[in-house]
Amino acid sequence: MTPKAIPLLCAGLLALSPFAHALSPAVEKAAQSLARGAPERPVLQKIRDQADPEFKPLVSALQSGALYPWKGTLLLLNDSGAFTDLDGKPLLDAAGQPLAPSGLTAISVDPGDQGLLEQALHFMALSDENPGTREAAARKLGSLGDPAARPYLEKALAGERNPGVKAAILEAVAKLDLQNPDPAVRRGALDYFEAHPSDAAMSPLQTFLQKEQDPSLRRIAEFVLVRINRRLKVRNWIGYAFDGLSLSSVLLIMSIGLAITFGLMGIINMAHGEMLMLGSYAAYVLQQFFAAHFPARQDYFFFAALPLSLLAVGLIGFVLERGLLRFLYGRPLESLLVTWGIGMVLSQGARLYFGDQTSVNAPTWFRGGWEAMPGLILPYSRLFIIFLSLACLIAVYWLLYRTVIGLKVRAVMENREMASCMGISTQRVDALTFAFGTALAGLGGCALSLIGTVDPEVGKTYIVDSFMVVVTGGVGKLLGVVLASFGIGMSNKVLEPAIGGTASAVYSKVIVLVLVILFLQIRPQGIFAPKGRDTSLK
Amino acid sequence: MQKRYFWEAFLLGLFVLLLPALNFSGHLPDYYLNLTGKYLALSIAALGMDLIWGYTGILGLGQAVFFGLGAYAMGMHLMLKASGHGVYGASIPDFMVWNRVTQLPFFWKPFQSFSLMVLLAIAVPFAAAALIGLLTFSRRVGGTYFAILTQAMAYAAWLMFNRNEMNLGGTNGLTDFKTILGFPLNNPGTVRGLYVATALALVLSFAACRWLVKSKMGLVLKAIRDRELRLEFMGYPIARYKIFIFALAGGLAGLAGALYVPQVGIITPSEIGVLPSLEVCVWVAAGGRGTLLGAILGAVGINAARSILTARFPNEWPIILGATFIGVVMFVPDGVVGLPRQLHGLWRRRAARARSELAAQAGAPVEDSHA
Repeated sequence: MTPKAIPLLCAGLLALSPFAHALSPAVEKAAQSLARGAPERPVLQKIRDQADPEFKPLVSALQSGALYPWKGTLLLLNDSGAFTDLDGKPLLDAAGQPLAPSGLTAISVDPGDQGLLEQALHFMALSDENPGTREAAARKLGSLGDPAARPYLEKALAGERNPGVKAAILEAVAKLDLQNPDPAVRRGALDYFEAHPSDAAMSPLQTFLQKEQDPSLRRIAEFVLVRINRRLKVRNWIGYAFDGLSLSSVLLIMSIGLAITFGLMGIINMAHGEMLMLGSYAAYVLQQFFAAHFPARQDYFFFAALPLSLLAVGLIGFVLERGLLRFLYGRPLESLLVTWGIGMVLSQGARLYFGDQTSVNAPTWFRGGWEAMPGLILPYSRLFIIFLSLACLIAVYWLLYRTVIGLKVRAVMENREMASCMGISTQRVDALTFAFGTALAGLGGCALSLIGTVDPEVGKTYIVDSFMVVVTGGVGKLLGVVLASFGIGMSNKVLEPAIGGTASAVYSKVIVLVLVILFLQIRPQGIFAPKGRDTSLK
Repeated sequence: MQKRYFWEAFLLGLFVLLLPALNFSGHLPDYYLNLTGKYLALSIAALGMDLIWGYTGILGLGQAVFFGLGAYAMGMHLMLKASGHGVYGASIPDFMVWNRVTQLPFFWKPFQSFSLMVLLAIAVPFAAAALIGLLTFSRRVGGTYFAILTQAMAYAAWLMFNRNEMNLGGTNGLTDFKTILGFPLNNPGTVRGLYVATALALVLSFAACRWLVKSKMGLVLKAIRDRELRLEFMGYPIARYKIFIFALAGGLAGLAGALYVPQVGIITPSEIGVLPSLEVCVWVAAGGRGTLLGAILGAVGINAARSILTARFPNEWPIILGATFIGVVMFVPDGVVGLPRQLHGLWRRRAARARSELAAQAGAPVEDSHA
């Protein structure tokens, strides 16, 4: 065969082969000129100007240097190291085995022409089937700020139906127009941003202000920036408030149990934090169990974890009360120390048994969040915790004020001797209440495992705040605990950004402590003081 | 009573006279003398704790903070004396050079002078404790609320001392000391001198505390512990007593800290915090509340146990400590010092029960008719 016939033959084979459907004539032509070794720039410019998505595989391959000319056609080197033709079909020899020619050199693109490839890819993405890709491409072109993109954006806008993509394209066009030499066009762009203030406009507006001379245009730009900043601030503060609410809900679950136990038995349970920790570990253990035995239903472990942590930790609390704490009735300081000892034993025991870093993966339906405002995502896990704390609150309220057992608990809280005289078994009430309080902490720990790590120290993180809540909220009063946990949780999270800097978490904790001490100056019995003639504070 | 004084005198003599003598003659290695010196320094803090808890019934869970204030005072002084000999040879401490601090912060300056430092090591914790007492006791915040607040204060102090911005060495604390009053710290003579100073300070503090609790004030304090409400109705200004004794305990803790640091050679925020404060409690609880001697025994005993056990069971030590807490509070509430009395009481009750059983068997069939 003559050398001239070879490309013809290849072309003919390609055309006649049963798989010849994919390559359009334009792509073919470009491929052939590249294979021949023709100058690249005009070819690339043509590709870019046409902005036809069909060229995508060709351009991507060029970008990654995986395009090889071979016998008049082009070969792609795919990710697994095999050669394919432009359609992606593997190169086979006569026997049907993968063929790997050697001695090929990839087509390299001059650095000066790399930009062409980028542009080509972006323009092509504007007509992609996936609206997400189109939107991303529009935003990218807007932020790149290349005026050459404008006609392509306008063309894409004309045929676009998807509102999200449309908005992205309009924004990109406006961004590009900010640099237009014609002031009327710039004015038009500013008008657009005035009508649609969004954070994406911030940085181009700031650059605009640096270069712009016209005072009237500057005024508009400054005005728009002020509006955007204000919106940003509002959004951030809503975010902080949400964080505060989330922390408050965790504190609430923990503190209800602590407050009830304290109000009833006068015991401050220093091991309450460790009960929280045990709840988290219950979730962890269950997760491991499900992973080993029910891998298909991995996510459902959480449904089992909630009641399990409730029961298991409640049982531990019951045993503790019956075994140790009931002998310390009437000696609050001693019980403080004993529970501290218990806490130390539990936390070190957990560390020795489980190791220092274990984590629970939230079930898939808890990942991600709800986009309440553009740029503000409220995680589903935190929303769940808030919901859970409200449910706990309602449950505790119902139990305490609408059931017989709750009546007995309240009676013992108010006047132990009299309640005992009326036939209420104070021992049983004590044991059940303590178990209930610790069970709540366990539930809180299980919920907490969604948003934090599961480690032996997790209890200590929340216990100090929890104590503050009980001290501030008043003895045994549900509403006081709610208000106090809300107050302390919010103050913690709102002070943090207000102080700013890396130490803000530390300083905000210290400030909250000082605030509590000062609050106790004005109202030493807490928000809701126990009524009665007994002026001594427990 | 005489027997008790004998034991106390014996122990004090042992500590103050015998041990340094043994060390001087070479029979007792420097290491053990140093270790005992540390224990004695901690005992001074325990004395303060006994005053407020054993005698007045105030459970303060922040004593380690006052200890730390005194300890850092000494530490700052020693660092300043070692300046110029540090790794950088600068006139300010090494850690400030790392943190790019160019000038000595103003609050470091008073600690150049030894006598002023000693004064501050006691006065600053005293004042801090007085302030806290003022903010709480005069508002009738007592009992468990007070315990929780002091615990939170200890936590907050630990957080603050860990920050580099405080210019107190951050997490690494103050270390690398060279001399005290011109004597090199690793010289055995200095070790002995520090030991004697600590032992003497302990004896003096012990004597002062003993005098205090035997005085009328001691009676009032015990009354506050036992029947505060009644005492208040009798017209005593309870808050003032509490503030005073709390401040005194703070000062003692500060003194303890100042004596502790040159013998250990380092002070870090880990000595200030919730756990060290609780340990002071265990010492006093284990030794025997309200006996002063018990505080010393508890401090020395438990710290000695810790030195031995953490070498062999480093991971289990917190469990052992926690179990000790539980065990002591539940089963030996009067501590080691009160153990003889507790056992004696138990024995007497058993004897009485045995006697009444015998009496029941011998006669009194009347009770059976109700069965």
